[in-house]
Amino acid sequence: MGRKLLTQHINVPGIRNLETYRQHGGYDTLRKAFGMKQEDIVEEVKKSGLRGRGGAGFPTGLKWSFLAKPEGVARYLVCNADESEPGTFKDRYMMEHLPHLLIEGMAIGSFALGCRTSYIYIRGELMYVYHILQKAIDEAYAAGFLGKNVMGTGWDFDLFLQCGGGAYICGEETALIESLEGKRGNPRIKPPFPAIKGVWDCPTVVNNVESIMAVVPIVRDGGDAYAQIGIGKSTGTKLISACGHLKKPGVYEIELGVPVEEFIYSDEYCGGIRNDKKLKAVVAGGSSVPVLPAELILKTANGEPRLMSYESLADGGFATGTMLGSGGFIVMDEDTSIVKNLWTFTRFYHHESCGQCSPCREGTGWMEKLLHKILDGHGTLADVDLLWEIQSKIEGKTICPLGDAAAWPVASAIRHFRSEFEEYVRNPSAIRKDHHYYRVNNLNPELV
Amino acid sequence: MPKVTIDGHTIEVPDGTTILQAARMIGGDVTPPAMCYYSKLKTSGGYCRTCIVKVTKGSEKDPRPMPKPVASCRTTVMDGMEVQNKTAPDLIDARNGVVEFLLINHPLDCPICDQAGECHLQDLSYENGLSKSRYEFKRREFEKIDIGDKIKLHMTRCILCYRCVKVAEQVCDTRVHGVMNRGDVAEISTYIEKAIDNDFSGNMIDVCPVGALTDRTFRFKSRVWFTKPMDAHRDCSKCCGKAVLYMSGNEVLRVSARKDMWGEVEDAAEGKPGWICNECRFEKKEVKDWTIEGPRAIDRHSVIAQNKYLDKKNLKIDVSNQKQIQEKAHN
Amino acid sequence: MSVNKEIKFSDEALALIERMKQRYPAGKQKSALLPVLHLAQAEFGGWLSSPVMDYVASILSIQPVEVYEVASFYTMFNLKPVGKCVVEVCRTGPCWLMGAEDVVKYIEKKLNIREGETTADGMFTLKTVECLASCGTAPMMQIGEKYHEHLTLSKVDEILDNYRSNTVDPISHWSKDKI
Repeated sequence: MGRKLLTQHINVPGIRNLETYRQHGGYDTLRKAFGMKQEDIVEEVKKSGLRGRGGAGFPTGLKWSFLAKPEGVARYLVCNADESEPGTFKDRYMMEHLPHLLIEGMAIGSFALGCRTSYIYIRGELMYVYHILQKAIDEAYAAGFLGKNVMGTGWDFDLFLQCGGGAYICGEETALIESLEGKRGNPRIKPPFPAIKGVWDCPTVVNNVESIMAVVPIVRDGGDAYAQIGIGKSTGTKLISACGHLKKPGVYEIELGVPVEEFIYSDEYCGGIRNDKKLKAVVAGGSSVPVLPAELILKTANGEPRLMSYESLADGGFATGTMLGSGGFIVMDEDTSIVKNLWTFTRFYHHESCGQCSPCREGTGWMEKLLHKILDGHGTLADVDLLWEIQSKIEGKTICPLGDAAAWPVASAIRHFRSEFEEYVRNPSAIRKDHHYYRVNNLNPELV
Repeated sequence: MPKVTIDGHTIEVPDGTTILQAARMIGGDVTPPAMCYYSKLKTSGGYCRTCIVKVTKGSEKDPRPMPKPVASCRTTVMDGMEVQNKTAPDLIDARNGVVEFLLINHPLDCPICDQAGECHLQDLSYENGLSKSRYEFKRREFEKIDIGDKIKLHMTRCILCYRCVKVAEQVCDTRVHGVMNRGDVAEISTYIEKAIDNDFSGNMIDVCPVGALTDRTFRFKSRVWFTKPMDAHRDCSKCCGKAVLYMSGNEVLRVSARKDMWGEVEDAAEGKPGWICNECRFEKKEVKDWTIEGPRAIDRHSVIAQNKYLDKKNLKIDVSNQKQIQEKAHN
Repeated sequence: MSVNKEIKFSDEALALIERMKQRYPAGKQKSALLPVLHLAQAEFGGWLSSPVMDYVASILSIQPVEVYEVASFYTMFNLKPVGKCVVEVCRTGPCWLMGAEDVVKYIEKKLNIREGETTADGMFTLKTVECLASCGTAPMMQIGEKYHEHLTLSKVDEILDNYRSNTVDPISHWSKDKI
């Protein structure tokens, strides 16, 4: 069994409540933090090697150290709880069951960064989680872990919840900041970065729920202890949201470095493919990252076992690799239509594009329409080429990473499953019969 | 003062200069096209992505190239930076892609569009567009809206540059229009039909790079290349009173602010953009309202500049007048 | 600005809005816009009419256009009337893999409406929505603030029938006593 740093108490009855959380060491780390120098806390987070768990994987300690600290200007820590990346549901699960872990992490982080007020920005659809968090915050205020003179230290700290209104793009940190200011969730043009000018033009750090939670064990055990878990630069544990055609989908806390094959097939984790079907493909880190066929997700192009780590999943670049991303692990069995699945993703990005910059605004819709045309049996081989070209014209040309996120699934699906697109073009009548059930391995040569 | 090299031309620029501004200082082909950036409007730029350039060297201190093309209008020059615009074929290819995106939902109704001839999107598609559209789906359409009795909003043509929104915020004192909805159905709108009732609202027409906001008092009066642009001024209590009259014979068909070679409003005084008021723009349509200074030198590479005045005889006079003006300016 | 007399928040909602404004620095009360819009939607019949949005603008001392821009950006704000129960079925990849398309088709047939429509009795509005972070328990749908997960067609029957027979009250998002 791998070590659990975040979820070890998640099944304790009543852990959602302050009292039970306290019985399991809750808020002891906050007390420890108050005994430390603020810059030493940042140092521990740096030493831990913790990388942003929202998807980009930027080192959290480094992000913290970039925060500008001008005299007399408020600064803010904002928790990004706008979890909306298809395939990802770990933050929701954690907040629902361990709200106090997030609050303790926010209190420690805010103290380390010198933030007197912090916000948790939670997506509006998660209303019931909002209530759970609000109840926990109220408990924490009443017990003196938040508010004036926290734990008798003289430190004043306020923590507020802010709700979104339904927009994936608000998971992008500058869009989140705009939304927190009561505006449309349009990503800002950077620079300036939030560390210099964030919420209300004040220096701001935005961190994912899991990153904030991970600060608690890091400060508790020390950064070095955390860094010893995992493999190479992928330190610590990671929450993986496993979904799709699995026997046991769910949120798993893994030590980074677990082999992908073990993660999919062992009983400790996902228990294999539902109905004992064959594995066809995996999207390993949320819908934005490249899809890989079974042979490339289990082993790298060099034939080495693929591991659940930032480096191993990225091995081979985009030609044969992918990314760990947010840890949204979407598994597809042999009966899945890659093209149809891709269409749902592309429809998603089309629907979620903020519309600010032209390549994403216009390109995502164009790709969706082309995919729909192909699925409808009216596509041509030229359409597949055009699709490839459109994604290449979006990637890297947009204000924020949503453009890349829309382009990569298209590029990888064509790269690894081109024959399936061609089958849709060549054999439309068979395809039209049933989108859902489509055996790419049973191509009828007579129809090709 | 940082030094930047763009397509092999090196120039020293003040701190805080963007790549686009530096390129404009060098001039010519080096300058990337800009559809949403407008130097007279704060926080403009960054949206359309046509001005993207390739930074092959970040700075003297950190010579690493930038991994992606950057919006030159929003990227500040660093000392020792090296930039490619026209000299990078892959960048041109990327820009062509952006232009294609801008055009897929554009109605291409230039033959009936009042902006034709001075439309930046027309120029852009001429320089960077394909000869044939690869987009085969139904184009986006919106209802035309009258924003008051003087301005027509033809949203179908809009490329969402946000310039008019910024004019409302920065030049007019209140904003009643904005961007509604999101993604590819985002639109400039007042949501509930409302007149934009402000003395400077007409400037939204001047900043619009396409034919989305046009002057209703000029609607279908003439193709712009059949008009004679004349510099003129009047004493105005509200604005600088410096304008361009688009004339046909002695008739004033349209009044606009004076625009520079980048299509932006010229400064009326040092650092003060010469926005004009609605009275000058919409009400003063008689020659006697104005003191005519002489023919307008049109610097942009638009159709008006390309020797397409109504008749050759007048053109000659215009040209000699322009020469005199230019000589005077040089002396 | 003329505001319809009918449109006024309850006293408790107004008190709540005052408390919300305290969460932000002085002069940044616009930050309360999203929560206030949720509240307005809960208080004024599940959708935001333009008079309601104008009212919200006046409460937060901002221009009405700032409210329209925001309300039209986010998917949770209804700019048209909706039924008593808004049934939102997730349609994105992971839910699709698990049969979300069948769920949508089934509900369309059962309620005799198409996606985006409201039943004639004003009881149900069917919407398809993008990922609701419930991929491991797919397929799923949300009604009010409640997540209904691991859906099967018979489960859908049971859920919708419970709402129809009013044994379960659809709790709208962000009801006022809870923010």
